[in-house]
Amino acid sequence: MTNFVPIALEAPALSVEIASSSKVLKQRLVDTAYYVIATVLALMFLFPIFWSCMTALETSSEAMASPPHYWPSRFSLENFANLAHYGQGIGQYLWNSTAVALMTVSATAVLSTLGGYGFSRFRFPGRNLIFMLILSTLMIPFQSILNPLFILLRAMHLQDTKVGLALVYTTFQLPFSVFMMRNAFDAVPREIEEAAVLDGCRPLTMLRLVMLPLVGPGLVTVCLFAFFGSWNELLAALILISDARQFTLPVMLLNAQSGQLGAVNWGLMQAGITLSILPCAALFLLLQRYYIHGLVAGAVK
Amino acid sequence: MTLLTRPVPARQLAGYWFILPCLTVTTLFFIVPLFMTIWMSFNHWPLLGHPEFSGLSNYVDLLQDSSFWASLWFTVKYTLVVTPAIFILAFALALLVHRSVGFVGFFRTAYFLPVVIGMTAASLLWTWMFNDQVGIFSAILMDLHLIDEPIQWLAETNSALGSIVVMVLWKATGFTMVILLVGMQAIPEDLYEAANLDGAGRVQQIRYITIPMMRRTFALALIMSVIGSFLAFEQFYVMTRGGPFNSTITVVHWIYRASFTYFKLGYGAAMSVVLLLILVALSVLQMYLLREDND
Repeated sequence: MTNFVPIALEAPALSVEIASSSKVLKQRLVDTAYYVIATVLALMFLFPIFWSCMTALETSSEAMASPPHYWPSRFSLENFANLAHYGQGIGQYLWNSTAVALMTVSATAVLSTLGGYGFSRFRFPGRNLIFMLILSTLMIPFQSILNPLFILLRAMHLQDTKVGLALVYTTFQLPFSVFMMRNAFDAVPREIEEAAVLDGCRPLTMLRLVMLPLVGPGLVTVCLFAFFGSWNELLAALILISDARQFTLPVMLLNAQSGQLGAVNWGLMQAGITLSILPCAALFLLLQRYYIHGLVAGAVK
Repeated sequence: MTLLTRPVPARQLAGYWFILPCLTVTTLFFIVPLFMTIWMSFNHWPLLGHPEFSGLSNYVDLLQDSSFWASLWFTVKYTLVVTPAIFILAFALALLVHRSVGFVGFFRTAYFLPVVIGMTAASLLWTWMFNDQVGIFSAILMDLHLIDEPIQWLAETNSALGSIVVMVLWKATGFTMVILLVGMQAIPEDLYEAANLDGAGRVQQIRYITIPMMRRTFALALIMSVIGSFLAFEQFYVMTRGGPFNSTITVVHWIYRASFTYFKLGYGAAMSVVLLLILVALSVLQMYLLREDND
């Protein structure tokens, strides 16, 4: 785990002057207190995830025990097995979520790369106006345009389809992504292209062969945000998908909790929650540098 | 002027082809729906069947709809509770992890990790932990003999709001922490060195250097938190379903319910317009606060 904020302060240099032993003692106390507090807080933040994963690995009856056990008597994959047969089977919901996420990520990557390159490298009339138009949709909460989107997708026969949902998610990602990609292209020195232009390189070829490798980090950031946005979204999925076979993971989990009134299968729930958390946590831990970069760039625009 | 920025019409006009796809998608699925929202708000628009122009009647209904105003007030109340709570905890955490000491990367990652978990998964997870029968919180309090019987955290209005605020603190503080951390690390180190030479202690340095230097970052973090809280939906929809007695319904939840439970899409659109105006006002406030350097 690396420090994810690039501008890190130097560790406070140890005092060169010969400190008195009481000073050393005091410093040690402060250091110890620091680590105790920071560690306790870290455990508090990690505990719910740990607790859910552990309960997912208990037997079904133990996961439903009241009051709950603090430690399982044995580990079991029973809850995951139950989940495999829940509703259409967890495989179907995982596939739905994965397919929507993959379509959202690829569409966002392609559209924002093309758009970012267009806005960064070409001086056409109306350029700034169109860029501001796309960016200004950041101010409008997507929650306020869901009713017309429902009507629109129904009219286009895209209601209850993964493609329709992915298109909507892509649209929500675009302002941030185009903004990120334009900045990424702006940071590439123009001399690189000039050489390629003199060699007779056409714009699309140049984008693919020359520019794309240079904006890789920006593209990773855009893809990560598109993935998280799509994988975790609930409200639009609730509205735009009513066919149970097309439910994404969050919708399925919600139904699993409220479907059978009074008799929630808690072990199955934790197995589902674990499966939902796992890809997000893994991607973040692997690529946190890019994620934090996007978060900061998006916030301090 | 370089070769590429000199006006070469044919080559520059190729830019239109590059932006066309994202402009088309944004227009079709964002700008058109935006105008449709406004149009729908002037119609009685059932889920099935034909819409009927109704002028301002949705807005007149809205003014008299106590449920809508209750949801708006509840959202404001939630925002006023959760924003300072997140802010204070995030500032404390940022102070804790802004120096490069051993394991600081682990601490930062641990505090931030819940941010990447989906709000639905997080809400379901905490609903379970708050459950009176199988939840860990009641069990611990029972075993410590602090309570005699399990508490139904989510069944009573105030404890439900409190419980959800605790969940959101866990889920969202890391985000604000990172925003504050970036602002904190942008403060020139020599200011602290000078303060050290003048004999200023750690608390004085925070009071007289860190806080005044971070006013702009504070404004950014606060307004982003307010915007996020105003659009709250999942945590209440999942954890309380708006109950008990509809006392924890947020604006977005009420719009969803009016539109897709009562099938009044036009009425939902009218409420969406109100929500939209509030959010645009907040965004304008954000731009105004961050426009000039207040430092």
